[in-house]
Amino acid sequence: MTDRVIYAMYDDDDVLKDGAKHLVAKGVKVEEVFSPFPIHGIDPIIGVEQTRLGIFAFIYGLIGLTLATVGMRFFMIVDWPMNIGGKPNFSYMENMLAFVPITFEFTVLCAAHGMAITYFIANRTLPGMKAQNPDPRTTDDRFVIELRASQNSKFSAAELESLVKETGMVEIEQKEI
Amino acid sequence: MEFKIANKAKRLTLILMIMGVIFTGFGIALTWKDHNFGQRFMANGLINSFFFFSIGMGALFFLALAYATETGWYAAIKKVVEAVTGFIPYGIGFMVLILLALTLTDGGHIYTWMDPEVVANDEIIKAKSFYLNKGFFWIRTIVYLGVYYMFWKGFKKRSLEEDRIGGTEIHFKNYKKGALFLVYFSVFSSTSSWDWLMSIDVHWFSTLFGWYTFSGIWCSSMVVLVILTLYLKKLGYLPKVNDSHIHDLGKWTFATSFLWSYLWFSQYMLIWYANIGEEVVYYMMRIENFKVLYFGMFVVNFVFPMLLLMSREAKRHSGILTIVGLIILSSHWVDVYIMISAGSMGATASIGFMEIGMAILMAGIFIRVILYNLTKAPLSPVNHPFLDESIHHEI
Repeated sequence: MTDRVIYAMYDDDDVLKDGAKHLVAKGVKVEEVFSPFPIHGIDPIIGVEQTRLGIFAFIYGLIGLTLATVGMRFFMIVDWPMNIGGKPNFSYMENMLAFVPITFEFTVLCAAHGMAITYFIANRTLPGMKAQNPDPRTTDDRFVIELRASQNSKFSAAELESLVKETGMVEIEQKEI
Repeated sequence: MEFKIANKAKRLTLILMIMGVIFTGFGIALTWKDHNFGQRFMANGLINSFFFFSIGMGALFFLALAYATETGWYAAIKKVVEAVTGFIPYGIGFMVLILLALTLTDGGHIYTWMDPEVVANDEIIKAKSFYLNKGFFWIRTIVYLGVYYMFWKGFKKRSLEEDRIGGTEIHFKNYKKGALFLVYFSVFSSTSSWDWLMSIDVHWFSTLFGWYTFSGIWCSSMVVLVILTLYLKKLGYLPKVNDSHIHDLGKWTFATSFLWSYLWFSQYMLIWYANIGEEVVYYMMRIENFKVLYFGMFVVNFVFPMLLLMSREAKRHSGILTIVGLIILSSHWVDVYIMISAGSMGATASIGFMEIGMAILMAGIFIRVILYNLTKAPLSPVNHPFLDESIHHEI
């Protein structure tokens, strides 16, 4: 099924913000905004959901914690008991303190890397992936609002276009995808 | 808006104080024949004087930190922070009182290095006596308390002046004084905890002790700030404070809990790993006599904030923040209790009527003083340069 997409370009983030407010107030669903930098306060206007990255970070952290504990127990206690400084070498619990720093570091490592990679995948910005922004100028000094006809079935394409033109945009482009 | 102490709060603090006096009286009646009664009484005095004084000190540190870093978001709660710092003169009074009592009784079996008989028979204390002697101890104490008092007075004066005059001149003066205070505080927070707390275990030493004590202080004062802000907001006194301010205060509570746990662990693990007799004695004694209390206190102060305050929603939820805050605040009191009572009384220390009584008596006085301070100044700064930023604070 083809979908009609409207890209409205702005040269100022405040104008874009007001424009988005205007469109949302009229009942238009804004699919996405492209900007060279984060626009403060745009999320609640276009109704972006609260990120779930934090939950993922917690899960990755737990994985790191488990891996570090299981791994160190195997290396240092089971497979080849290490006698360091005369500490008992057949018990993980009694040596737990010595393993805490490494467990902590590994937890942080897993949480941070997992979170970064998840973020790249969710935004489709892993190296080698096709760029998502409709116009390369959105990485420099332009801002783009994306509307989809399929999400705005209340309006015809012409109505959408005229609504967008009320908002002080500088360029408009339509595409079939 | 003018703050008026609600009748409920007046009643509550009065009940706390009366209960405190009754409990303390019970405690004294039950134990005054014990051979260690004096020691126990003094130890309690020191615990509660230090604990509540240090909350005011932590708030002063936070205020200076905000000045020195030109923080914007906190402007809406600035007067709340200042009200907590207002306990400093009272705290200084209590500290001077208890330290004077201890000095006049040759250490009261708490600072054993003040007792000439003990020092004469102890080579280790003799070697330390160039630093740990009554005269030098008092010079240092007066310098710490005097410097804190002077900075507190200056910050307070300039804050009221700013409300009247405005402009940025006062702001930049605060900026300089705040940075200067941090320089003093970074040294004094360490050395004062050696003098007031670490010298109880006079044979023992730890270079991390100052930071460890300081992080506990910081955490306690952040908890007090959170709870006080929530209380005032609930009564409708802080219309400019929004969820993001509460969230930020929650983050501070969370972060300082971690800082404290991190330093507690660092000190413990290094001493455990090296396993040197003169260092492990501190923990051996505490583990033998206060195993549940000592590790329980650590677990509560670490795990509670970690699990309960981790999510964004929890840091904005007044119920969770208050409950977690009260729990970790009492656990930090236990921390100070174990530092002082376990260090001085050893196995004979226990939490009884007297401990609880004096703690709630001081808590009652502390709350009353802070509420009284709130009535003395407007609850929102008028001319703070970052006030507008703070009102629009959003995270």
